[in-house]
Amino acid sequence: MAKVKFEVPELTGEIAIPGLKEDAAAAVKSHNAPAKDMTDLGFPTELVPDWKEKAVAKFAELLKKYRSLKVFMDICVKCGACTDKCHFYLGTKDPRNMPVARAELLRKVYRRYFTTAGKVLGKLAEAEDLTREVMEEWYTYFYQCTECRRCSLFCPYGIDTAEITMAAREIMDTVGLGAKYPLQTINKAITIGNNLGMPGPAIRSTLDFMEEDVKEQTGVPVKFPMDVKGADVLLITPSADFFATPHVESLAGYAKVFHQAGISWTLSSYASEAGNFGMFNGNYEHMRKIAGRIKVAINELKPKRLIHGECGHAWRVAYSFWNTLIGPFDSLDPKYPAPQHICEFTYDLINRGALKLDKTANDDFVVTFHDSCNVARASRMGNSPGGQFEIPRAIIRATCNKFVDMHPDTIREKTFCCGAGGGLLADEIIDLRIKGVMPRMQAYKAVKDSHGANFFALICAICKAQFTKVFPYYGYEMEEVGGVHQLVSRAIVLGGKEGI
Amino acid sequence: MPTIEFKGKTYEVDEDGYLINLNDWNEDVAGFLAEQEEVEMTPAHWEVVNFLRDYYAEYKIAPMIKILVKAIGAKLGPEKGNTKYLYQLYPAGPAKQACKIAGLPKPTGCV
Repeated sequence: MAKVKFEVPELTGEIAIPGLKEDAAAAVKSHNAPAKDMTDLGFPTELVPDWKEKAVAKFAELLKKYRSLKVFMDICVKCGACTDKCHFYLGTKDPRNMPVARAELLRKVYRRYFTTAGKVLGKLAEAEDLTREVMEEWYTYFYQCTECRRCSLFCPYGIDTAEITMAAREIMDTVGLGAKYPLQTINKAITIGNNLGMPGPAIRSTLDFMEEDVKEQTGVPVKFPMDVKGADVLLITPSADFFATPHVESLAGYAKVFHQAGISWTLSSYASEAGNFGMFNGNYEHMRKIAGRIKVAINELKPKRLIHGECGHAWRVAYSFWNTLIGPFDSLDPKYPAPQHICEFTYDLINRGALKLDKTANDDFVVTFHDSCNVARASRMGNSPGGQFEIPRAIIRATCNKFVDMHPDTIREKTFCCGAGGGLLADEIIDLRIKGVMPRMQAYKAVKDSHGANFFALICAICKAQFTKVFPYYGYEMEEVGGVHQLVSRAIVLGGKEGI
Repeated sequence: MPTIEFKGKTYEVDEDGYLINLNDWNEDVAGFLAEQEEVEMTPAHWEVVNFLRDYYAEYKIAPMIKILVKAIGAKLGPEKGNTKYLYQLYPAGPAKQACKIAGLPKPTGCV
């Protein structure tokens, strides 16, 4: 592939609401899923002849199964509160990336087939037939939504736009119109046990490498255990932690924290993935199958505690859905939350004085924190509201001397998406990803200008991959991107067990 | 299925231009893929490709970037054992671009 130059939005430090540019993102399309992945996942390999009837039938099924979807179809009054809240609208200027307009692609079909006014009056009632063109629009624009739910936060009715996107994708999958990146990833997670498709021996080889590497750097024999029966903690983390940079630096951080706390832990080669892309495509069965591997690992390894690594959407699945999908966790020690986020675990140790942290190890950095959307708006940490915002920040403050928050309208529950969640971390839509990250980049530029920020701390594997990729387009070094436990890894003083 | 033509032979590739069949790969094809990527292959580039292929043969997946970085540092000298150097060789990323030229499948997941 020859190098393509992309139009990168100018960084001003301000997030301006753009003028409309019709069809600006109409040509952006995710690749279709290969036939093998469609078949493996129980979908037709291409659009079936009776796709319209099947799509309407699936829509009916979803409306019946999820009352929320029916409410979200009916209740929108087009007030417009969501219009300028989406990073993809702000970045692409395409009016159909306004959340209300994107959802309208589904709503107009809903009205046509499921409301009396729509059935009788058609276009007069803003109803439209499901045609091939409409289905193409769905495919284009429902794969230009990262399901980050920022728009939902500002919706006076609390319409969950992500759920609308999930429903549209599930309908398309059912009739044979699937997207490659999310479906290939789901297939690998179900069949091999992780999103990368990394076999057990490859993970072990990576962990051996990390043991040597940490020993070389620190002189301390920190272990990276896998498949150890009876370890206290089973750690479920994104497989990117075994492969990518900077992800693996956080893995080193978790290992050092366990080592220093003196708590035995293990990874599982069978359940070697926290991520669960089944959620992105609204498929309960895929979600259940992916999560099911974790249940098997719990039964085999018999841990007392279940801890979750740095992965955004996965924490939503773990926090909100695991109990239904694979619970109850009766075999685990009831003294601890199940699951527990690695940030909760580390934060607790810091509060008890069980970790010695040398903040000067991170003196090269002025750190800022990007709240990942699924953690911020779809889960919690700790025992008090807002813990998911406070706990990662408290860890960062304990590991460095210089921390600065980005503009209040772009953090915590109002955080902007990285632009690649929801199954959009695909290379063929890099142009969309560069534009979608624009609001976040403006906020980062502002704290670079005002405070010299130069370390962008994260707790999500997709965010880490996306920012590492897009920073250079905006003229920033990819080394500025890292994990919260990467900071912990640098600051933690290994050795004498002071404080325990 | 998309294909590429090279020296009168047709090769199956995926939508991103990665070879479908591992056995289709040889140094000539690698050179052709590199040309398409606008990468000029030097001995250092071949070190990366060869390491990736050896690792893949054993583990059925490309190595973690950090492992690749260390291996290249060991072969070509410590000043080259860093991610920046790998990105100089393969500007579109060592994991994806170098894998493509090495005839390995594209990495999936959150990377």
